[in-house]
Amino acid sequence: MKIVDTFRYAAQAATGSPLRTLLVILSMSIGVAAVVILTALGDGARRYVINEFSSIGSNLVIVLPGRSETRGFNPANLVTSTPRDLTVDDAEALLRLPDVARISPILVATTEINAAGKLREVMLLGTNAEYVKVRQMKMGIGRFLSKVEVGHSASEVVLGAEIRREIFGEMNPLGKTVRVGDRRLRVVGVLREGGSGMGMTTDELVIVPIATAQAMLDTNTLFRILVEARSRKRINEVKTSVLKLITERHEGEEDITVITQDAVLETFDKILNVLTLGVAGIAAISLAVAGILVMNVMLVSVTQRTAEIGLLKAIGANASTIRHLFLVEASLLSLTGALVGIVLGYSGAWVLRFIYPNFPAYPPLWAVFAGFGTALISGLIFGVMPARQAAELDPIQALSKR
Amino acid sequence: MTAESLIKLIGIERTFILGDSKVHALRNIHLTIAAGEYISVMGPSGSGKSTLLNMIGLLDVPDAGTYQLDGHEIKSLSHDALASLRSETIGFIFQSFHLISRLSAAANIELPLVLAGISASERTKRVSQALKDYGLIDRAEHRPNELSGGQRQRVAIARATILRPSVLLADEPTGNLDSATGEEVVSLLEALNAHGMTLIVVTHDHALGARARRQIRMMDGGIVSDINQADVATSLAT
Repeated sequence: MKIVDTFRYAAQAATGSPLRTLLVILSMSIGVAAVVILTALGDGARRYVINEFSSIGSNLVIVLPGRSETRGFNPANLVTSTPRDLTVDDAEALLRLPDVARISPILVATTEINAAGKLREVMLLGTNAEYVKVRQMKMGIGRFLSKVEVGHSASEVVLGAEIRREIFGEMNPLGKTVRVGDRRLRVVGVLREGGSGMGMTTDELVIVPIATAQAMLDTNTLFRILVEARSRKRINEVKTSVLKLITERHEGEEDITVITQDAVLETFDKILNVLTLGVAGIAAISLAVAGILVMNVMLVSVTQRTAEIGLLKAIGANASTIRHLFLVEASLLSLTGALVGIVLGYSGAWVLRFIYPNFPAYPPLWAVFAGFGTALISGLIFGVMPARQAAELDPIQALSKR
Repeated sequence: MTAESLIKLIGIERTFILGDSKVHALRNIHLTIAAGEYISVMGPSGSGKSTLLNMIGLLDVPDAGTYQLDGHEIKSLSHDALASLRSETIGFIFQSFHLISRLSAAANIELPLVLAGISASERTKRVSQALKDYGLIDRAEHRPNELSGGQRQRVAIARATILRPSVLLADEPTGNLDSATGEEVVSLLEALNAHGMTLIVVTHDHALGARARRQIRMMDGGIVSDINQADVATSLAT
């Protein structure tokens, strides 16, 4: 029997009982659609988190005071206990390293803002003029902090969009004076709405020069130093040279932690990939169930078509031809189910993206192929037994059935 | 006679086990059939005539004895070889037609050609010829349930003969037909026999059985009489 004819015969046999075929295709397609949609959700979550973290800024190396204990017991820790603070001088020194494009010292505190008779608690961020570039932030109106000599400070403040709305309403805030803590500062700009990163929105932030913040808080330590490498490739070199320089400046004590965005991203990437895989595994169970249904339906079909199988044998079909006919029918059912399932899955993912436009629910390609492959393979495997049963039917008994 | 024998059964035995009792369906059958013969096999139910037909049609294999079909020793053949020999030399006609209900008349007739792996263009040619020969042209695209009994059996005969087998085996071919259409079907089979096809008909119907030139009677798995009308005619003439 020719392959084309085998396929045509199997397809005709499948369409010969439309309801049965429809139900199998439906169950198989639900399985595949579940894989596609659930992995779209899982992978969407991964992309969402990665996007959030990427918005911190690219090529970033973050320096924080204190050492994270990841290397086991170190006798040096017994001698020195408190880590040295990070200072503005440390930050300035980092700027002289090769491959470092920009640095941005950060000091964070909560304080009050007071203007136009309104008082509000705000998150204060002290930094330098480079911050806006390092973090790739966008200005709504006005400009960011101006460049000043180290140690000097301009009496300027940049407001988050939400703070501006609450205090000034629709009025133009540029040039107005506000009271931040105990200082009177002139508003020079407002950040664009919707900025985020490091787990907080920039809409409720008040940004002042680092020297001003240090004076207000009466401290000379820093919360973080953001270091921007010249390129993504140089990140690891920058990481080691930063560590080396600060250690030198801190009299040989390695009392800082240097993290790269890549390391953070990689961790999240790993966690969420595992999550996606787990979810895909759960969805694959429904595929196995669908495979068993294919087997059941094919077994019923063998019983229903006993006379037909007997006839085929009487008119010259050998066992392998019969086996092929039933196997091809089972795989055609699975194949159609898988294709319908992929269409359903993609539409489902589209609906998800339509409802939650911020959530990138795109099914990963590997999951689509895996779902498709699993459907096809389970259809084939579960088709083997019915096909074998059909092939082994005794033609005489088969023919005596009506 | 033996040189040109198409079918040769020597000492064929076949037992079935039903529950815990043995049923001797065929016992010590010796039968030689030449090409072009017209044979009827008659006997009561359970006399083994259907088993004999299945044996001749290669659907069943003997427990003992030898069977030669068209020079092939059946015992030595594999299942696949049996299947292809069956498709080349045997045509089956059943009481209940055994047409596939989802396929059109033309597709049913085409089936043996499809199974034999014959090309589509050749198939179309042969099927349209067969439709013409059996007067089914305007029924070609009808499903079996849209056909009358006589038309269904004509489709079945067309299907059985499409590969030009040398032996046509009919098991109660008129059993499900009224006498007029039965007569029509029998003349069709006899016409095929007249063109040289060996015809073996299993039947309960004495009138149908009596039309055959050679009449075999079976009882309890054995052949009780084997009368050749031609021999009778010659013996009467002398």
